[in-house]
Amino acid sequence: MGRKLLLEKAHVENIRLYEVYRREGGYRSVEKALKSMSPDQVTDEVKKSGLRGRGGAGFPTGMKWGFLAKPAGVPRYLVVNADESEPGTFKDRYLMEFIPHLLIEGMITSSYALGSNNSYIYIRGEYAWIVDILEQAIAEARQHGWLGKNILGSGFDCEIHVQRGAGAYICGEETALLESLEGKRGNPRIKPPFPAVKGLWDCPTVVNNVETITAVVPILNDGGEEYAKIGIGKSTGTKLISACGNINKPGVYEIDMTISVEEFIYSDEYCGGIPNGRKLKACIPGGSSVPILPANLLLKTAKGETRMMTYESLADGGFTSGSMMGSGGFIVLDDRQCVVRHTYTLARFYRHESCGQCSPCREGTGWMEKILWNIETGKGKMSDIDLLWDIQRKIEGNTICPLGDAAAWPVAAAIRHFRDEFEWHVNFPQEAQTRNFGLAHYADALELTV
Amino acid sequence: MAEQTNKPANLKVTIDNITVDVAPGTTILQAARQIGGDVTPPAMCFYSKLEGSGGKCRTCLVEVAAGSAADPRSMPKLVASCRTPIADGMVVKNITSDRVQEARAGVVEFLLVNHPLDCPVCDQAGECHLQDLGYEHGKEGTRYEFNRRTFEPEDIGPYIQLHMNRCILCYRCTYVADQLTDNRVHGVLDRGDHANISTHISKAIDNNFCGNMIDVCPVGALTDKTFRFKNRVWFTKPMEAHRDCDQCCGKVTIWQRGEDVLRVTARKDEWGEVQSFDGKPGWICNTCRFEKKKASDWVIEGPTKVNRHSVISQGHYVGLKKPTETLPAVMDGRDPKLLMDIHTVSDVNKIELSELPGPATSENFKK
Amino acid sequence: MPVQFSDTTLAEVKKLVARYPDGKHKSALLPVLHLAQDEFGGWLSLETLDYVASVLNLSPIEVYEVATFYSMYNLKPVGKNVFEVCQTGPCMLNGSDEIIAYIREKLGIGPGQTTADGLFTLKTVECLGACGYAPMMQMGKHYREHLTREKVDQIIAESRK
Repeated sequence: MGRKLLLEKAHVENIRLYEVYRREGGYRSVEKALKSMSPDQVTDEVKKSGLRGRGGAGFPTGMKWGFLAKPAGVPRYLVVNADESEPGTFKDRYLMEFIPHLLIEGMITSSYALGSNNSYIYIRGEYAWIVDILEQAIAEARQHGWLGKNILGSGFDCEIHVQRGAGAYICGEETALLESLEGKRGNPRIKPPFPAVKGLWDCPTVVNNVETITAVVPILNDGGEEYAKIGIGKSTGTKLISACGNINKPGVYEIDMTISVEEFIYSDEYCGGIPNGRKLKACIPGGSSVPILPANLLLKTAKGETRMMTYESLADGGFTSGSMMGSGGFIVLDDRQCVVRHTYTLARFYRHESCGQCSPCREGTGWMEKILWNIETGKGKMSDIDLLWDIQRKIEGNTICPLGDAAAWPVAAAIRHFRDEFEWHVNFPQEAQTRNFGLAHYADALELTV
Repeated sequence: MAEQTNKPANLKVTIDNITVDVAPGTTILQAARQIGGDVTPPAMCFYSKLEGSGGKCRTCLVEVAAGSAADPRSMPKLVASCRTPIADGMVVKNITSDRVQEARAGVVEFLLVNHPLDCPVCDQAGECHLQDLGYEHGKEGTRYEFNRRTFEPEDIGPYIQLHMNRCILCYRCTYVADQLTDNRVHGVLDRGDHANISTHISKAIDNNFCGNMIDVCPVGALTDKTFRFKNRVWFTKPMEAHRDCDQCCGKVTIWQRGEDVLRVTARKDEWGEVQSFDGKPGWICNTCRFEKKKASDWVIEGPTKVNRHSVISQGHYVGLKKPTETLPAVMDGRDPKLLMDIHTVSDVNKIELSELPGPATSENFKK
Repeated sequence: MPVQFSDTTLAEVKKLVARYPDGKHKSALLPVLHLAQDEFGGWLSLETLDYVASVLNLSPIEVYEVATFYSMYNLKPVGKNVFEVCQTGPCMLNGSDEIIAYIREKLGIGPGQTTADGLFTLKTVECLGACGYAPMMQMGKHYREHLTREKVDQIIAESRK
């Protein structure tokens, strides 16, 4: 069994309620921070922990906090990004739904470190019932003196507000989120300036993912160095993986970043293997934006090493033969699945979610969707595959925000690794309507050891 | 350490191997404009006189080969030169970068995939920045094989013609409404590839400075309704003129055909932006733009200088000595101006090009 | 009948505005649009949008810009029950296409349409963050997950009551 830091208590009965959460050791990190540490000491612990942003980019959290500008007389803000919308990702929802006080606790401690007296949770609009859960937890925390004025006699004031979005993936991008929180369209801002200097209402702001902020609780409780001991290399601590697709046990798993991808998919502790005796065809290991990998490259790197569930190992081989940890949205495709159709649904998603502000994304995402639809429905040409490749290349890196990359990478990786499946759709349009391409050779090198 | 002075230190930047000194806060694009010529990236959405503009169209992307003298690392991604400030010692590649040229050609293609390409019936033709961009940075032909996106026409009042199908969503007109008028009634609605400029309720855009939206629009999405289909710009003669106006600077360009004033616009600089007078942008009011259509309304200063590369320069020579004998002899006594009347000869104006699924062919005109 | 929030909702709006610094009341726009949609029949008419603008002291175009950007705001009338079925990758892998086809067949409407009796609207939506519980749909405030044909039958029967 791997170590659990976030979900350890998630299934204690009634852990949603303050009394139970507190009895299980909740809010100790706030006591420790506010009574015995300076804000900078809290930040130092987070730096020592090696914690990396859990939203997708994996940027070191302590460093991000360190960038926060602190001009005198200007309020600073902590904004928690709970706009979880990356296909394959549903871990933040799990945390907020089952153990909401963990987020509130992490936010109070983090707000203290950052000097934020009004902190906001921006939650995707569809998670409407979770808003109620969070509001309830906030009310309980306030009632017990963890929020409000002069918390624990420390002189630190803090309020937490929940802001509901209204349906826009783009608001997961931190500057689009801030725009939305200001009551505007979710158009990402052009950087610089960065939020650390000019964020919410032009004030210095830190935007962190839900899971990142909850990880601050065990970091404070056990110390940053202890936290850093878990995991391998720069992949410290535990990571929530939301597993879905064709697996026996979809769900949210906390891993301590020491296990292999193979173990994660096949062991009963995690995904429990592929249902109905099917075979593994491919997997997107870190949310729909990261490159899809065929089974043979998923379980072993191109160098033949066992691929681990760490930031470094998942990225081993770069985009040629690797992928990314991303947001931890682990999507498994079995041998019945059609990569072309799956890629088409993702292209449709990104076209639907493009804000429309910059030209490559606005025009390119729709174009890719149309071409993929043609190929999928038997109207594609061989030159369309090269055209798709060229379009994604011209979007990638050329847009205001990472949505352009997020739309380009799945298409690129699908063509890179499954080009023969695309060609088969073009060459046998009739057949492609009635059956799927199947496994082909993608899993040839696969030998199961679990 | 450099010598201590009270003057703000100038920053050095090298663009395409040309080094210039610029003031702190200058963007790469502004520095390139300081150099001028080919090293200046094209800009479809940035407008130096509109706060907050830029960053969106991605035509001005450049490569930063060295971030600064202090930190000479290159920037991994191409950056929007219009919104990226210069750091001292920065090295920028624009036309010397293949990456930039390729990305820019890509952006041009993206901007054109859903553009109706109805230049033959578009009033902006001849002074359209998208035409110039396509000509200078685009590739021949299109690889787009789908129906182009279209929008329902919307009437936004008596002065401005909105042709949403041509819009490239530069947002400039929304900044004009925000920064020049007291009541913005239009904006960008919907999102993604359906984002569009609209009032939502077909409300007339009616504010004394709203006409400036026409001048900032880089394409034919917002054109002067009072000039609509009156003439092609290259047949008209731009003249610098002014009048005493209590609303605006009163300094304009009038576009004449013979003695008629067909159109009035603000005066533009070499980047296609409204010229500044005494440090203030020379925006003009609707009265000057739409109401003063007689030559006698204006004090005419002289012909506007037109870049010889512009199509408008045709038939617009300064100091030209016309031959007096040869032409009538060759033309058999006919007036050279009436060699051909496009309206009687061509069927182009009867076809709604934007509704065609692909490029127009002779078949379309035979119907 | 003119559009007008109830006193409870108006009090709610006041509370929302108080969460932001002075002069930043525009931040309340998204939550207030949600309140308006809940209170005025599940969609936002032009009158409602103008009313929200006046309540928050914004210009109408600011409200239009926002209302048309976010996919959760319905700008046309919808049925009493709105089925918002996810169709993105992970749900597709688990049979969302079949679920959508089944609902079409059962209700006789396509995505974006409302049944003649005004009881049901079918919408296909993109990822709702329930990929592990696929296929799924949103109904009002809640998610209905692990959908099967039987479950769809049951939900439709429930909604007709």
